[in-house]
Amino acid sequence: MDPIIAAIILFVLALVIGFEVITKVPPILHTPLVVASHAMASIMVVSAIEVTGTATNLLTTILAVAALIMGTVNVVGGYFIADRMLAMFKSDKKKKQ
Amino acid sequence: MEFLRNIATEYQTVFYLFTVLFFIFGLKLLTSARTARKGNWLSAFGMTVAVVATLLYKGIISYELIIIGGILASIAGVLSAYLVDMRAIPQFVAILNGFGGGVSALVAIVEFLKGKLPPNVEKLPFDETTKSMYFHAAVSLDMFVGTITFWGSMVAFAKLQKLITERPIVLPAKNLVNFLLLVGIIVCGVLLTLNPSNLTYMFGILILSSLLGLSLTLAVGGADMPVVISLFISYAGLSAGTLGFVFLNHGLIMVGALVGASGLILTRIMAKSMNRDFYGILLGNITPPEMAKVQDDRSFYQGKVKSTTPEEVAMILDSANSVAIVPGYGLAVAQAQGAVRDLYNELTKDGKEVYFAIHPVAGRMPGHMNVLLAEVDIPYDKLKTLEESNELLPDTDVAIVVGANDVVNPLAREAKDSPIYGMPILDVDKSKTVIVIKRSLAPGFAGIPNPLFINENSLMLFADAKPGLTEIVREYKELKS
Repeated sequence: MDPIIAAIILFVLALVIGFEVITKVPPILHTPLVVASHAMASIMVVSAIEVTGTATNLLTTILAVAALIMGTVNVVGGYFIADRMLAMFKSDKKKKQ
Repeated sequence: MEFLRNIATEYQTVFYLFTVLFFIFGLKLLTSARTARKGNWLSAFGMTVAVVATLLYKGIISYELIIIGGILASIAGVLSAYLVDMRAIPQFVAILNGFGGGVSALVAIVEFLKGKLPPNVEKLPFDETTKSMYFHAAVSLDMFVGTITFWGSMVAFAKLQKLITERPIVLPAKNLVNFLLLVGIIVCGVLLTLNPSNLTYMFGILILSSLLGLSLTLAVGGADMPVVISLFISYAGLSAGTLGFVFLNHGLIMVGALVGASGLILTRIMAKSMNRDFYGILLGNITPPEMAKVQDDRSFYQGKVKSTTPEEVAMILDSANSVAIVPGYGLAVAQAQGAVRDLYNELTKDGKEVYFAIHPVAGRMPGHMNVLLAEVDIPYDKLKTLEESNELLPDTDVAIVVGANDVVNPLAREAKDSPIYGMPILDVDKSKTVIVIKRSLAPGFAGIPNPLFINENSLMLFADAKPGLTEIVREYKELKS
């Protein structure tokens, strides 16, 4: 199969799965969902790692490192703040124990 | 080690598939407050798999910068995550989102400047010209999406942080300007695809996309931020997806679609709760429709408002069995969450049924109000959505409205000529008694009077949210002792 077509098919399938899973997230968890999905989108950091490790001249190295730093802050900050928020959601029963 | 590197290089897509599976199961666990924390870490683990697989990738020759940059940025990430104020989460998300767009655009620029096709594109079964055209079309698209996300998010951050005015800054002939910018970007993209050695077209795309990003978000007012932020998640997903097409990296393409879907769903929910046209928003039309003429407030309310005192409210609460608290962003601004928690604790101690009725756009981003209330230890099973609340409200003895206005305005149900007509609201007026804590009769964002305030069963407590609530709690305790 044409690799580009395959990539487009993957894109559409993932879109459908995304719709299916995410419509079930209740409104009270929307903010943590937003932050967690930002962290996930920052999988872009892998490309930043790749271009940093293969950069050839000064200009591309500077741009690549800038991308790497922004991407890493995104991933790490995103997951930790989502965790901090989710830890605050306690049920009534749990509190009484 | 060599063996591992061979595997990581040859079976890149397989590793990413694992990552995507962890992400999907992580999102699935995020559908319940009980399992959400686990889901978040499962997804973080998936991210680790992707990063390790990339570090093993054969093309990487130097690790020093990756390690130094990675460690410093990780420390910054953890510190910021623990230091940020929960009220500032929307700004934080805007910054993160801008960074996402920045990463995407920068990586595309680096790849373009290298002047060499990425390995996966090189492997495509086409002739050299076709491969180059595919790559440069993808790079153009990615620069466009990444740049617009970056600048748009920076404007949202500046507005939320009050560095610039929250009011919409609309350019004259906004739609025409935006359209021309978009045409310019497409022309530059096509020229870059046909003539990749010319750097002018790259700068063209970057500059025009920056202008479009600025123009689109400057036009948005503070009240519309929940929509903008939801739209940005979608953009972040799109930038990851387009970057995936640049490298033909299946992992990025799949994650981009997942996140893009999540943004689209939230945007649709927010658009519905603000009575906006979802498709209009997708086309960049976030500014509200023309407002109807504001009625004269004084004559509307004259002589019909019944005001009350904290003492009286305490007595009403004492005789109530069920109480709904309706928080708006005004509550967060006044830092009255603590006072609301005290009231909640006092009332539940006496065996009263207390719940929080939360409109989807209460707060500055989807679900923001829930986080603010969870922070002061309100149990999540007491946080009710719009639909749940509207089922409960007719049987509720007292509804206390704190810092919310438009989202409880009955005109949305009745007045066809009102700018909020058709917007889903909390049916607070259907409960037996309504207490509105508000500083004055000033209108909300929609700029229209609220008939709820002159209803038969409504009482107004003119006070700041925090001292008002504290006073009610004090009077209530006194009554009980």
